Amino acid sequence: MEIRSQVSMVFHLDKCIGCHTCTIACKNIWTDRKGTEYMYWNNVETKPGTGYPTRWEDQTKYRGGWVVEGKRQKRLRLRLQGKWGTLTNIFYNPVLPQLDDYFEPWTYDYQNLFNAPLADEQPTARAISMVTGKYMDTIEAGPNWDDDLGGSQVYANNDPNFAGATQEELRQLQEIDRTVFFYLPRICNHCLNPGCVAACPQGAIYKRGEDGVVLVSQERCRAWRMCVSGCPYKKTYFNWSTGKAEKCILCYPRLESGQPPACFHSCVGRIRYIGLVLYDADAIEETAKAPQESLVQAQRDVIKDPFDPEVIAAAKASGVPDSKITAAQQSPVYQFVKKWKLALPLHPEFRTLPMLFYVPPLGPVLAKTDKGVYDNVADDSRLGPLMSSLERSRVPLRYMASLLSGGNEEIIRDVYRKLVAVRVYMRAKKVKDIPAEEVEKALTDGKTNAAEVEAIFRLTSLPTYEERFVVPPMERDMSVDSLFPALDPVSRNYPVRKGEVGVGFHTDPARGP
Amino acid sequence: MNEVLFVAFPYVAVALAIFGGVYRYRRNRFSYSTLSSQLLENRTLFWGSVPWHYGIVIVLLAHLLGFLMPSMWQAIMAGQYTLYTIEIIGYAFGLAALVGLCVLFVRRLTMERIRAVTSPMDWVLLADLLLQVGLGVYVSLVYRWGADWFVNTAVPWLVSLVSLNPQTQYITSLPLVVQLHMLNGFLVIALFPFSRLVHLIMFPFWYLWRPYQLVISNRPVTTMGKAHSDAEWA
Repeated sequence: MEIRSQVSMVFHLDKCIGCHTCTIACKNIWTDRKGTEYMYWNNVETKPGTGYPTRWEDQTKYRGGWVVEGKRQKRLRLRLQGKWGTLTNIFYNPVLPQLDDYFEPWTYDYQNLFNAPLADEQPTARAISMVTGKYMDTIEAGPNWDDDLGGSQVYANNDPNFAGATQEELRQLQEIDRTVFFYLPRICNHCLNPGCVAACPQGAIYKRGEDGVVLVSQERCRAWRMCVSGCPYKKTYFNWSTGKAEKCILCYPRLESGQPPACFHSCVGRIRYIGLVLYDADAIEETAKAPQESLVQAQRDVIKDPFDPEVIAAAKASGVPDSKITAAQQSPVYQFVKKWKLALPLHPEFRTLPMLFYVPPLGPVLAKTDKGVYDNVADDSRLGPLMSSLERSRVPLRYMASLLSGGNEEIIRDVYRKLVAVRVYMRAKKVKDIPAEEVEKALTDGKTNAAEVEAIFRLTSLPTYEERFVVPPMERDMSVDSLFPALDPVSRNYPVRKGEVGVGFHTDPARGP
Repeated sequence: MNEVLFVAFPYVAVALAIFGGVYRYRRNRFSYSTLSSQLLENRTLFWGSVPWHYGIVIVLLAHLLGFLMPSMWQAIMAGQYTLYTIEIIGYAFGLAALVGLCVLFVRRLTMERIRAVTSPMDWVLLADLLLQVGLGVYVSLVYRWGADWFVNTAVPWLVSLVSLNPQTQYITSLPLVVQLHMLNGFLVIALFPFSRLVHLIMFPFWYLWRPYQLVISNRPVTTMGKAHSDAEWA
């Protein structure tokens, strides 16, 4: 057992209102530079929808993540290609997404509004490409082009998670009072088995030992572009101006001083939780090889109980400081993922073991109208007085399973039954209009009990800042400043290990000649 | 004159490449990049980049092999049919490189997105490589059996340069285009630290041996951690 600590996250999708404040916070801090205009390290997608970049989940197109292959499914390899394939495809990556798969960034010719000569028509501000600097006559895509189901005949119907959906389910999407959507905010998952790290032939991407943040060494990146393909979530981007890969850094300068990342801090719906988990690094390979339907459980198993004395001893032996062990014990992520089993990894079948977990949204699943009447008919299969049955849910459970459990619908059902139990219990407690035996049945169906439900309610609805964000500041003796005070006289940068751990360098990050 | 062109210039070019490259690596490592433009344009790049790179790699390797093992190379070339084969292969790859380079040239010239990421040095390098490959293909076409005769002309000259005992008599009587090909070759070497050409010494062979996953800590991980660094999952 090799215990390491990992900064891990939970997004509670029922609480997301799709305001994109997280996106703006990230954009303004990190990706407003030349070459990064098209990047959204944090983006919020409407689901169903094709997402950003378009159809990123379709790995027959982008070939991201891992596959298990060989006799008896023993070998784990990148879906992209083997190591030799990387070296022979290095001159041309056949599956690299194009700028148009994201969108061509643009601004407007605002000056024309002031400078246009007097005329009968109103002056306009024409769009200007931020790549070429030329006018763009037609803008064909932009960030969140399909926000709130805009153009859903084109976008929502092409959601890769609808593979195998019935005609009825697809038709339902287009009916005005039966249509449904929810939001899916996405950042880098800082995976335990990252595809980008494995795909980089240069070894420029690495997982930080202290907290598991995945970073690109800007000095070592040589623009071989394999990381962009290797990441199945398409959360590694290529800066076309500097010729370097860039990705979400989880605001590590903030993390190191004990603050949550900007997208977490700014979240209006308070849907985001961040905390440490302790995991067994020795078990990563076996976990990533688990059969698809048990991947979620395997990932829960790789996260270890921070109260277990054996785990604590192993963590100490591998150099995890006490502050991190204490933080792991108070981690909201541990509660949601491991203890309550409510938060699920996004597309676990990509086998990168993502460390960002989602509590699936109950709202759009259980609300349903039939002939204009809100469907809450009480029958044997009903889950509660305000909800129809899971089997007749508006978002097919198959869709949710495709998104969050590698196709295992039983896991999704378990989560929903527990979420319903929380609602039924709390309603019975506050409004007092549900008979005790129904509450008891909901609790049994949800495989939960009153104490757990209270705790779930508390952390879902009323958590304080300190309960949502449990990140201890980095130990001073682990920070790089204390290790490398002297500058290199030639490069005027810190010596090599400073660069390796992702802390900046002083030379101008400008494109080479 | 010959001494300046065929002795001083090669030394200056190589010195520039080595010291310039090292200085740039130490001073501004961030600028070491292939500066790939594949994100901006994909389709034409395939017909340019792939034939160019594979063509030039094979042709350069043949040059290098003749230079490193002249006697072995000559023994191989002694057979009539092996000579034919090598010439045809060399010609094919040289032509592929030339075609690829032309495609890249046209792509850079005509596509707006690519022009947006083109520096003056890109044009200098592209033009110089076009000249160099063009000369090479021309020489191999007009002065046949270059795979054979270069072992007795260019190779001894290069060997004399490497052994710091420059002898120009091997090449002074060669045709002008051949001499131009040799000189321009050193010009390409001289351009190395000032252009995106630096990426060619960065080719990541190490990838074949390294574990898939990399975990780096400020403080070295414990002995337990080290024991795992040999595995695919570090």
